[in-house]
Amino acid sequence: MTRLRPPAAIAILLALIAALALVSLAAGKVWAPFSAWTDHADPRWPIIFDLRLPRTVLGVLVGAALGLSGAAMQGYTRNPLADPGALGVSSLAALGAVLTLYLGAGAQAPWVIAAAAMAGALAAVLLLMALAGNASSIVTFLLAGVVLQTMAGAGVALALSLAPNPWAVNEIVNWLMGSLADRSVDEVKLAAPLVIGGCALMLLTGRALDALTLGEAGARSLGVDMTRTRWFLAIGVALAAGASVAVTGVIGFVGLIVPHLLRPIVGARPGALLIPSALGGAVLVLAADIAVRLTPAAGEVKLGVAMAALGGPFFFGLLMCMRRRIA
Amino acid sequence: MTALTATGLQVRLGGKQVLAGIDAAFAAGQVTAIVGPNGAGKSTLLACLAALRRPDQGQVLLGDQPIAGLAPRARARRLAFIPQTPEIAWAIEARILVGLGRTPFIGARGLSMEDARAIDRAMAQAQVGELADRDVSTLSGGERARVLIARALAGDPDWLLADEPLAGLDPGHQLDAADLFRRLAHDQGKGVILTLHDLSIAARMADRVLVLAAGRRLADGPPARALTPETLAAAYGVTARYADGVGGPLIEIVGRA
Repeated sequence: MTRLRPPAAIAILLALIAALALVSLAAGKVWAPFSAWTDHADPRWPIIFDLRLPRTVLGVLVGAALGLSGAAMQGYTRNPLADPGALGVSSLAALGAVLTLYLGAGAQAPWVIAAAAMAGALAAVLLLMALAGNASSIVTFLLAGVVLQTMAGAGVALALSLAPNPWAVNEIVNWLMGSLADRSVDEVKLAAPLVIGGCALMLLTGRALDALTLGEAGARSLGVDMTRTRWFLAIGVALAAGASVAVTGVIGFVGLIVPHLLRPIVGARPGALLIPSALGGAVLVLAADIAVRLTPAAGEVKLGVAMAALGGPFFFGLLMCMRRRIA
Repeated sequence: MTALTATGLQVRLGGKQVLAGIDAAFAAGQVTAIVGPNGAGKSTLLACLAALRRPDQGQVLLGDQPIAGLAPRARARRLAFIPQTPEIAWAIEARILVGLGRTPFIGARGLSMEDARAIDRAMAQAQVGELADRDVSTLSGGERARVLIARALAGDPDWLLADEPLAGLDPGHQLDAADLFRRLAHDQGKGVILTLHDLSIAARMADRVLVLAAGRRLADGPPARALTPETLAAAYGVTARYADGVGGPLIEIVGRA
């Protein structure tokens, strides 16, 4: 397969994001043609700028955060199945957020949910690093991910079963399913600095991730500071993925699918995959969000559910292809 | 060129004394082979020399500076290390893999013209120029080994340390790799330190052999003096004979001692 040079791939992905963002502003139950965009008096104006603009910006932010987190985690673990969703980072972030919803703390201050989600994500990343140690066995990581997901699932179930009233249950369930619908500028303001900061930290590890292609001993012999790399990644993933979960709930599989699709196009060097994966994640989430909006159904299909329906079989197929390597 | 010196190295791992006080000075311009039975501490010694493991006691000096005190990047420019059975995690092109050897030189701007020249030179030295665009996952074991050596040479280090670099290679490729290591030491004056399993290859390719057993230095010197029947009996528990073969010395293992 002929490969694209990274600048070319980045330019194409940026163009795709721009095009999808325009569609995202225009498309939905109410179609908003460009004529409605400039006319403040048009009844569709608030739909475009108060509802769809924050939704679109959040889609880009969350997609970039998840795509980049996936690429960075895959580079660090040297495991093409690593993903904040698959390894339980999103689940633990969700548990943190659910606990604040359960305790009612989230209602007063949205940043409490975000802080709890990021704390959960950081705990998950640190636990993963501790559980899997220096050995980069794919099986160890996946098992560690299974353990984290199970624990988080149990915690969420406990919160649901002990919930004080049906409304709390409803709120938790609704939120868990992951969606970009009905988000406002407040969510954008909350998530943007955290996602951008987390992404910046992850992007700084590019050279270290490249060197890790040679294993941990190889990377250290090349002068790579592994402690710094580990902390940059742990905090970067916690900020970006944690903040994403806090504002949109769990949207899985983005970080798994995107780097995998981009590897044949831009090459497998982990550092070169980071920026394209962030952009590719934004493309995927924007496209999926437009698709769920346009799906004819009584209510709107939740984005998290749609991504799981798409990502589950993808993950399964990847596993089938890798069977020999894992066994 | 400066020497690499280990003084009083001691390492304990899980209650076991892996290195029990090793003193050794390594000279540039020669190939030193570290041999010994399984669990003798060969890899641990090499990891200490490469500053990848901090000894519990003792230190390694590069010239007159403790190697642990050097900045990691500065150290990596002077000393390259090839781990045992090195993993190559991703299916990248050979030239990109060799380019990883420039990691301690790269600034924020990415690979420079000088980096590109160094990569070309390293690939020519290891005779892997024609593999440049090949995906490393499609290379044979011998080709991979040479590409990994090229990776280590890309930084033009004074010291080249490799843990079992000939393991898993067929005899032809073993000879090629051994020749390459000898040329690097003798023609370019690099210090080459290898751990080896095959005693005959060690006797043939090394200028100096260090025999380790149970974390101690049993013998140290030119192959004919280091690999004596007495030393081999003590190290491996075998009866062995140092013979002159057609292409060089030969260590014949006669049987269990």
